[in-house]
Amino acid sequence: MHEMSIAMSIVEAVDAKARAEGAGRVSEVDLLVGKLAGIHPESLKFCFSAAAKGTLAQEALLAIEEPEGVGECGECGMRFPVTFYYAECPDCRSLRVTIVSGEEFLIQSITIEEEGE
Amino acid sequence: MCDTCGCSSDGGAVLRKPGENDYHVHVSDGAHEHTHTHASDEHHAKPHLHEGQHDHAHGNHHHEGTSRKVLLEQDVLQKNNLLAERNRGYFEARNIFVLNFLSSPGSGKTTLLEKTIPLLQKRFPVAVIEGDQQTTNDADRIHALRVPVIQVNTGSGCHLDALMVNRAVKELDLQDDSLLCIENVGNLVCPALFDLGEALKVVIISVTEGDDKPLKYPNMFHEADLCILNKIDLLPYVDFDVAKCRENAMRVNHHLEWFNLSAKTGEGLASWQEWLEKRLTQH
Repeated sequence: MHEMSIAMSIVEAVDAKARAEGAGRVSEVDLLVGKLAGIHPESLKFCFSAAAKGTLAQEALLAIEEPEGVGECGECGMRFPVTFYYAECPDCRSLRVTIVSGEEFLIQSITIEEEGE
Repeated sequence: MCDTCGCSSDGGAVLRKPGENDYHVHVSDGAHEHTHTHASDEHHAKPHLHEGQHDHAHGNHHHEGTSRKVLLEQDVLQKNNLLAERNRGYFEARNIFVLNFLSSPGSGKTTLLEKTIPLLQKRFPVAVIEGDQQTTNDADRIHALRVPVIQVNTGSGCHLDALMVNRAVKELDLQDDSLLCIENVGNLVCPALFDLGEALKVVIISVTEGDDKPLKYPNMFHEADLCILNKIDLLPYVDFDVAKCRENAMRVNHHLEWFNLSAKTGEGLASWQEWLEKRLTQH
C-alpha cells in the first residue's frame, strides 16, 4: 500500500502550495500518472480522500491523466506503444527498448478557490 | 500511540538498536516534529510549526469566490527524491558504497548479509540498516557479527524511504571508505518506487519462488542493478528453471547483473564477494 504514503505526500505538497497562494480551499488537483509508473489510480484516489482530511484539499477532486507507455527501440529507433517493461520492438524484434513515456508521476496543477470571508 | 514512550506518533517509523531496549527514535519530518531519544540527548529536536501561524488577515478584503489554476509541475516523489540525493551526496563525500537489498519476505536477504559481511569486514568496514514492520530480529542477527546496525521499524509502512535512511545514518557510526547495506522491507512492489540514496539496488529471489517472478513484479526488476538468485542448493528439489528466470529478468531489464548462489552452503559466494571487493576498491 505505497499509495497511502504517496497520497500523503501529494496532500502535503498541495496544501503547502495552496497556503502559499493564499487559497481558501483547493477544488481540484491534476495529476499525471503514467501507466507504467507503478501506481494504481483507484487506490490513490481512495487514499487521497483519507489523507486530505483536515487540509485545504479535503474537498478537492483528484483528476488523473494517464499517459500511455511508449518505448523506443535501441536498434532501429522505432517508437511504439508498450504496456510493460518487457517490450519487444515490433519492427526488428530487438529487446533493447527504452521507455520514453508512461513513467510520469507529477502534480501538474491545482485549482484554488480564493474565498472571501 | 507509541507503546514504548506513550507518545501519539501513530504509524510512524521507529529506529531501534539491538540490546538497547530503552532506545528508540521516531522518524518524522519537520512539520509535525516529534523526535526524541530516550538513550541520548535531544539533538534532533526541531521547533514545532503551528497551524495558527498561517493567518493572512482575510477579513480585510472581501472578494467573491474566484477560482484559479496554479501550476506545480512537481514530481510527486520530489521530497523523497531530493532527500535521497542529499543522502547520496553524503555517501559520496565519505566514500561509502551503499547497496539497497530488495526482495519478497523469506528469500534470504538477512542470511546473505550474515554470510557476506564476515568475508568483507577484515578489509572494509561494514554497517547495516535493517527495515521491517516490527521486531529487531534481523538487527539482532547482524549485531551478532559485531558490525554497527540499526533497525528501522516502519510500523504500518511497506517500504523504507529516504527520510528513514537519513535518520538512521545519523544514529549509525559510519566510517569513511566503507560499505553500507540497507535491507529493505520484504516486499517486491512498493520499495521499487523509493530512492534511498543508494549506489545500486540489489534484488534477491530464491529458487523456492516462481521463475516468472521478474515478469510478475517487473517494476522491481526494472529498477534493480543486479539480481541474486539465492538458495540454489535447493534446485534439485524444486521446479525452478534458472535459465528461464534469468531470461525473464533480462526481458524486463537488459542491464541486470546476475549471480547464482546459496547463502546457506556458500556455493557461488566467491564471485559475489569478488564483485563486491572490486566495487569497494574502485569506489
